[in-house]
Amino acid sequence: MANLAAVVGIGQTKYTTKREDVSIAGLVREAAVNALADANLNWNDIDAVIIGKAPDMFEGVIMPECYLTDALGCNGKPMLRVHTAGSVGGSTALVAASHVQSGTFNRVLTVAFEKQSESNAMWALSSPQPFSTHLNAGAGGYFAPIIREYMRRSNAPYDVGIKVAMKDRLHGARNPLAHLNKPDITMKEVEESFMLWDPIRFLESCPSSDGACAMVIANEALAEQSPKPPAWIRGVAMRSEPTMYAGREEVNPQAGRDCAADVYKQAGITDPRKDLDCAEVYVPFSWYEPMWLENLGFAPEGEGWKLTMEGATSLDEGGDIPWNCSGGVLSSNPIGASGMIRFAEAARQVRGDAGNHQVEGAKLALGHAYGGGAQFFAMWVVGAEKS
Amino acid sequence: MTNIAIVAYQQSDSVSDAGAVNEVELLMPVLGRTFGQAGLNNAQDVDFVCSGSCDYLQGAAFAFVAGVDALGAVPPIKESHVEMDAAWALYESILKIRMGHADSALIYGFGKSSPGELPIVLSQQLDPYYLAPQWVDTISLAAMQARLMLEQGLITERDMAEVVSRSRRNALNNSHAQISGEVSPEDILAEDTYLSPLRRSDCCPVSDGASAMVIATVEKAQEWGKPYALISGIDHRIETHNMGMRDLTDSVSTRLAAEGAGAADGAIDVAELYAPFSHQEIILTRALGLGEETSVNPSGGVLAGNLLMASGLSRIGEVFNRIVSGEAGRGIAHATSGPCLQHNLITVVEKA
Repeated sequence: MANLAAVVGIGQTKYTTKREDVSIAGLVREAAVNALADANLNWNDIDAVIIGKAPDMFEGVIMPECYLTDALGCNGKPMLRVHTAGSVGGSTALVAASHVQSGTFNRVLTVAFEKQSESNAMWALSSPQPFSTHLNAGAGGYFAPIIREYMRRSNAPYDVGIKVAMKDRLHGARNPLAHLNKPDITMKEVEESFMLWDPIRFLESCPSSDGACAMVIANEALAEQSPKPPAWIRGVAMRSEPTMYAGREEVNPQAGRDCAADVYKQAGITDPRKDLDCAEVYVPFSWYEPMWLENLGFAPEGEGWKLTMEGATSLDEGGDIPWNCSGGVLSSNPIGASGMIRFAEAARQVRGDAGNHQVEGAKLALGHAYGGGAQFFAMWVVGAEKS
Repeated sequence: MTNIAIVAYQQSDSVSDAGAVNEVELLMPVLGRTFGQAGLNNAQDVDFVCSGSCDYLQGAAFAFVAGVDALGAVPPIKESHVEMDAAWALYESILKIRMGHADSALIYGFGKSSPGELPIVLSQQLDPYYLAPQWVDTISLAAMQARLMLEQGLITERDMAEVVSRSRRNALNNSHAQISGEVSPEDILAEDTYLSPLRRSDCCPVSDGASAMVIATVEKAQEWGKPYALISGIDHRIETHNMGMRDLTDSVSTRLAAEGAGAADGAIDVAELYAPFSHQEIILTRALGLGEETSVNPSGGVLAGNLLMASGLSRIGEVFNRIVSGEAGRGIAHATSGPCLQHNLITVVEKA
C-alpha cells in the first residue's frame, strides 16, 4: 500500500513565446522558487529533485539535469531526469510522488520545463531516421488524420473543435499565467483562422511556449503541517503501448482507457463526470477534448462532442464538469512542462487556490497527460480530503 | 527498506559498430534471454517496465519510443523512461515496488553510440551558454582531471597503466568484452599519449549494445523459484556542474551515495565501478575506501566495453552474476553520469 503524499507547494512561470530575460536555469529556478514560497519552505527542506522535459533536442542540451543541478539547489542530493515524450510532465510528477509514496523520502521538489524559443520543435520532431518513413509533419500532421477518423465515426458537427478552441481561450483569459490572452475570442475568429493540418486550424492548435512548472510533494505528516491546504494524491497511473501495431485503436487508445480505469479505481471513482469536480486534460489540438471525453469515460463512445457543445466542460457556461479551467494546453504549451501544469492545476483546484479560474467547491480533480503517438499516458487524481 | 531481489540479468556483446542493426534489434535478443532467465514470456509478465537511453546517441527525438516495440506492449503496460543510464531506471523501478504498485519490474538500457563522434556529441551535455559552445569533449575534460591528479602527486601514470592492465586481463574472462588481453603496465606506458596525459588505453572504447534486468519482491522471486540476489541498499547523489566548484580529484557524491546505500555495513567482496577513464577508477576506489579484500572490476569494467546508457545497469548485473555464482557474498556497483563523475549511484547487492 502506497504511503499518503500530497502537493504542498506549486510554482509556475508566466508562459510566453520567448523568455529572453532568463536562461534555462533561470527559468526552472523561477518556478522552483515560486513552489518553495507557496509551501513556505526553503532549499534545505528538499530531499531530492525530480526533473522532466520533452526531448533534449528541443533546447539542444543533453541530459540537462547535469547543468541544472546548481539552479535547483541539488548539490549533494539525488536528482532524477524523466523523459516519456509529451506525457513527461505528468510522468515526472508521478515519479516524484513515488519518491514519497514509497516512504524513501519525506519531501521532494519536482520541476518540468521547456524553453521552446531556444530551438525548433518542428525540426526536432521530424529529423529523418534510417529505416523509417520520414514524416516531416510535426505533431499536428500526425494527429490530423486521427481527428478526421473521429469526425467520421462520431458524425460530430464540424464546429466542435472550433467551440473547444474558443472555450479554452476564454478560460485562459481568466489565468494571468496563460500564454494566450484572448478574452474577446469568438467561434467566427477561430473558424476564419487559416488551416494548418486539415481539419486543424491555426487557432485550434496549441502555441509554442517557454515556461516551467514546479511542485513540492510531501508525506502525510509534513503535509498536515503545511501552511496552505494540501492536495492529497488519491491515485496515480501510467500506461504505454507501441506507436503502431495491427489493429491498433488510434482514436480511442486502449492505453488511455486502461490508465483511466486504474486511476479511477484507486480514487474510488465510478462515474468520472459525476464524481470529479473538474479535470485538466492534455488537449493540444481542439478535437482532442471530445476524443478524450470518451477515452476517459466522461461520455459514451461517439458522444463526447455533445458535452462540449452543451457547455458541460465550460466554466463560463456553468458546465457541470469544467475541463481545462486554466486555459489548458491550447492556451500555454511549454511541451515538457504541459503535463505537469495539468497535474498542478488539478491540485490548485482542490486546494481552492486557482484564482479567477477556480471551480467553486472543487474537491476532486483529474490531471492528465499524453504523449508520443497518443500512446503514453500519465494521470493522477488529487483531492481536498485524504480519502 | 524492503529488500528487492534481482532475478535475471543479461547483456549483449559490446561491439564497436553494430552496423545496420537498429536499437530494437539490439534489444530483442537481450530481452529474450532476460525473460528466459527469469522464466517469463515477455513484458506482460512483469508489473512495471523502465528504461534508460539518450536521444542524442541515435540523433532522434523520442529514440526510446522504438524501445517499446521490443517489449510486446499489447495490451498496454505500465512503463516509464529516464534520459539517464538504466541504473537510474532501476532506481525508479525500486521506488515503484516499495510503494506497493508493482511486485516485479523489467529494466533495460540501450545505446548505439557508433554513428556519431561520441566525445564531441557529449560536449552538448555541458552548460549551454558558457561551455557547450566551446565543444569541450569528454576526453579533454577527463584529461584535465587526470592532469590535476598527477600534478598534485595523487597518482602516477603507472597507477593508471596498472588499472588498464588489470582491466584487460580481467576482461579475458568476460565473453561480452570488446577489449581484453595480457598487456603489462610497461606496454601501456610505452604507448603515445592521445590527449595528454591520457593514452588511448586509459579511455573506454565507444560501444554499441544493451543490457536488461528483472527485479522483484523477495516473495515473488521465491515464487518464480530462480536463483536471486538481494539489493539491500541503493542511493545516488549529484554534484555541481561547475567544475571549478568541485574537487575533481575526489568524488564527494560517490561517498554520500555509498553512505546512503549502507555500503560499509558489511564486507565488500566485489566492486564494479563505472570508470570510463583509468584514473577515475582510482578516484572511485579511494572515495569508497576499497582495500585489498575487494576485487575491483572483475568483468574488466567499462574500459573493456562501454554500453553507454546501459553500463551502469551492467555494473549491477555483473555483481549479481558473481553473487549468484557463489564467487562473492556481498558487493557494490557504481554508476555515473555527467562530465568528470558529476552524478554517482551506488547499489549494494548481497547473497540471498
